[in-house]
Order: sequence, then structure tokens, then C-alpha cells
Amino acid sequence: MQIASLTVDQVRDGLRARRFSAVELAREALRFAEEQNPATNAYLHFSPERALSAAARVDEKIARGEDAGPLAGVPVAVKDVIVTKGVRTTCGSKLLAEYVPPYDATAVIRLEEAGGVILGKTNCDEFAMGSSNENSAFGPVRNPLAPDRVPGGSSGGSAAAVAQGTAVLALGSDTGGSIRQPASFCGVVGVTPTYGRVSRYGLTAFASSLDHIGPLARSVRDAAVLLGVIAGRDPADATSSGAPVPDYTDSLDGSVKGLKLGLPREYLRDLTSETGDLIAAGVATLRKLGCEVRDISLPATDYAVACYYIIATAEASSNMARYDGVRYTFRSASSGTLSEMYRNTRGEGFGAECKRRIMLGTYVLSAGYYDAYYLKAQKVRALIARDFARAFEEVDAIVAPVSPFPAFKLGEKIDDPLAMYLSDIYTITGDLAGIPCMSVPCGKTAAGLPVGLQILTRHFDEPNMFRLADAFERARAN
Amino acid sequence: MKISEEQVRYVADLANLSLSETEVHKFQADLNEILGHIERLSEIDTTDVEPMAQVLYDAEENATWRADCERPPLGTQAALANAPQAGDGYFKVPKVIER
Repeated sequence: MQIASLTVDQVRDGLRARRFSAVELAREALRFAEEQNPATNAYLHFSPERALSAAARVDEKIARGEDAGPLAGVPVAVKDVIVTKGVRTTCGSKLLAEYVPPYDATAVIRLEEAGGVILGKTNCDEFAMGSSNENSAFGPVRNPLAPDRVPGGSSGGSAAAVAQGTAVLALGSDTGGSIRQPASFCGVVGVTPTYGRVSRYGLTAFASSLDHIGPLARSVRDAAVLLGVIAGRDPADATSSGAPVPDYTDSLDGSVKGLKLGLPREYLRDLTSETGDLIAAGVATLRKLGCEVRDISLPATDYAVACYYIIATAEASSNMARYDGVRYTFRSASSGTLSEMYRNTRGEGFGAECKRRIMLGTYVLSAGYYDAYYLKAQKVRALIARDFARAFEEVDAIVAPVSPFPAFKLGEKIDDPLAMYLSDIYTITGDLAGIPCMSVPCGKTAAGLPVGLQILTRHFDEPNMFRLADAFERARAN
Repeated sequence: MKISEEQVRYVADLANLSLSETEVHKFQADLNEILGHIERLSEIDTTDVEPMAQVLYDAEENATWRADCERPPLGTQAALANAPQAGDGYFKVPKVIER
């Protein structure tokens, strides 16, 4: 058994053939992950008790001859912004360093009901705010393919764990690219489903009109299986959609001939030359598969970063208000009065990036500025969504880069917040429009740094997104 | 400069955030740079554009209602388990009213 390259299918076959039990696999996966973790800091903490009891339930079901579920025995990592009952959930923040949630996120419940085995919780930018994982209170994550470089963010730990082989699958969260960009930087598959496709109950809120939970995996098939497990209506999340969940693996049929793809010219202007060459080669591969690729324009793209950093920070400033020193573990020692308690708890507890976003969000919502900033941004958001809707009248999917450049060096951009924000340009648009989008590996630079190809489709058209990504993945493997 | 040092302090006050002197100056510079970029939104014409307040519009008005029935609550003990200070079944905070 090659633990670092296991797939969902291999786990199922191994259990079925009795080559290993789920408990044996969980023990070995935990041992391997704990041994390898110091190289990346991908996991913040492990949950061996929970993992072994989940694995034991899988073994019992198999012994009784029952169906143990589509993820039976599969080792999974969960981003530490997603709550787990009885297992510490820090959100990468000093404020929640000791927080032990009293309930499970819906995605976590569904994952375990499907037989998944949660090994532990993965590192991330504090409250998922960041593009490099350098904003974690518990130290940065190193890119497993290039230890002096970032894994991307904010789901950097989840992407690194999957790339390093210390988990078969991972849950991440995406508000402005936090699944796709680290997937691209670490050379794995990362999926941001349609807004509302996966319940956010138990996902610590950052920007509620933009937050998504989604899968990271080493193959399109594994990502499709995981999405199928966690998707669907949840009464605990009023924004979750009741649209039926298809079997996403049915769409991995290779029939992409004749699909019309749009290549947005606004997404090709600021790429490094190697990223540009790899994306061009990827597009050529899609043409060879029989797809019809045409140039399209998404003219509101130039305003996306400005729009996003108003809406996301405004919502964040509201969502972060709950960390006041009353309910969630951390309270400043300097809490003489109620007001001092609030101010000092937040001043000492939040890291620099969270403070910056709370400040910006509070400013754009403050008296006299609402129309100029928040209302204007909501209108621009409508234009960005309209761009996509118009494009999808002509094409079935849009293909684009995920990031203008591959993984950058640790420390390279941390002192320049605007440059960091601008690097999110190609991923934030999908979140603003609420459409499904994903990153699929598209090759490596001469220095061995992975580059991801982004695929975006219409609302709830995950099947065509997976169909195209799977065909592309197979074409590249041949 | 769009934002003065005084405004930075005012916004920090609104956000209940204590900032060091160094942070006040750093955030003043950062916010000015970011707001400078954000200014470009004035270039794009949004006349007659409805603000996008909902991501998906197709749901019926009552599509997200749940059945109005009893459910077991979390319970005081579990709810208070993460409190920095609790007692007698309540969250405790510094005194706000002098007796």
C-alpha cells in the first residue's frame, strides 16, 4: 500500500479484498501524517480518537455485510475553520487557540456518515483571510513541492496535506480563491462548488455572501466523490440549495467533443511567461480533445478586486464582531471595564491581516460612505455576474488561469497587502458570481512549480465542470 | 491621503479594536493604498444596475422555512464550556452597573 498516493477507489478495493481494515489504514495514515507533518506544518492538530472510532464503525459495517459508504475508510483532513465537536477548532487564530466546539459542521457529519475518517485539522490563514497561509497564528505552511515557498491560501494546510500524501482528501473553504489558488500552487485538484451547493453550517463565517466549503483531492474523480457526499440541502443553512445532487462520477465519461469553451482575454494579460505558456498548452490539449475554444471578454474583471475587497471586508467586519471576549475562550488580561475587555481582547487576539480587513470593512460601512463603497460594490458585483451570464449564452465553460504566477517565496509579499490582494484577481470573480469553478493541474514550470487551469461553468453545472476537468486530467496523463 | 490618522482612530473605535501607535500608522498607509485602488470603481457606469444582494434568485420566498417544531437545545453547560469566565449558568463580564 502506497499511503502517500492512495485514491478513494484503492481504499475501497483494499477494504473489500481484506488487504487491510479501516482501523489498520487509519493507524498507518495517522502515523505517516504525524511523521511527515514537521516538513510542512499542514496539520495544526490530529484527532486520533475520532479517526479510530470512525474507522471502527466502518469495519463493523463491513463485517455485517452492510454498505460502509462511498468514502469508507478514506483518510480526510479538515480545514480548521470547519467546526468539529470535541476536536479543537482554532481558525488559525490566537483568539480560538483553545476553542472546542460543541457541535459538528454539516459537511463533517456527512463526511463521516459516508465512512470518511478525519485525521485532523489543517492550518490556514487566520479566519481564512489570506492568500499565502502566512497569516496563521500557528506558523506558516510550507509548500511540499518547494519548502521555501508558500502553499497558497487560505486553505494552504488542506492543499499541502493532499499534495504531501498525508490525507487522501481534504475539506477547504473558498471566499475569494482559498481552495483553487492553493490547489494550483500545490499541484492538486480544488473545487469551489456553486454558492449554496454545500451547507455552510459549522463553517466559521468570514464573508457570508461569498463563503463556500469544497473538496481538495489528488484526482478529479476523488474530488467529485467528495462533493457528492457533502452537497445538498441542509435545514440548518437557509442559503443551502434544494437542487437535486447528481452522481458527479457519472459525468466523468470523457465526452467533451464539441463543448464550447470561452477563453477570457482579461485573464491573460498579466501572467508570468511560464504560467502563460502552460495555460496555452492546456488550451491546446482541450482543442485536441475536440473542444471548440473561442476568445471571450468579461469586461468588469478590472473592477473585481476593488469590488471584492469592499464586500468581503464589510461582511467580515460584521462577522468578526462576535469575538468579543465573552463567549469564545480568549479574553485579554486587561479587561477592567466592559469596553476595555472588547478592545483589548480584539486588539491582542486578532493578527495583522484580520485587523486590516476589520478596519477596511468598518470604514466602508461607516456613516456617509455606504453608498460610495458598499452599494457601489454590490452593483459592480451584479455586472460581474452579468458578464458570466452573457458568456454562458455562448459557451458551455470558461477556462482560465487560477493565479497570475506560481507559488511565491515565504515572506515575498507579506509586507505589501495590495499586491497580495491583486493576486486574487482570477479567482474572486467566480465567488462574486456564485458559479462553480475549480483548479486542475496543468503542468509545472522549469523550477518544478505547479500551475493550475481554472474551469468555470453555469450555476449548478458541476457535471460539465468535472467532465472537462477529468478529460483534461486523463489527456495530460497520456 | 484619503484617510487621516484621526479617521483611523475613529474607525478602530467603531470596530472596538485597540491599536498600537505603530498599527495606527501602518493601517493608515495600508488603507490609503487599498482605497486608492478601490477608487477605480467610480469609472464603471452602474446606472440602472440593481445591487446584487442575493447570489441565487430562483428560490421561492418561503423555500428556506423549516418545520416549526421542538428540538433539544444545546444546554447551558455545553454553551458555556468555552466561556473565558462563567458562573451560575451565565457568561460573566466586567461589572457595568455600580450598585
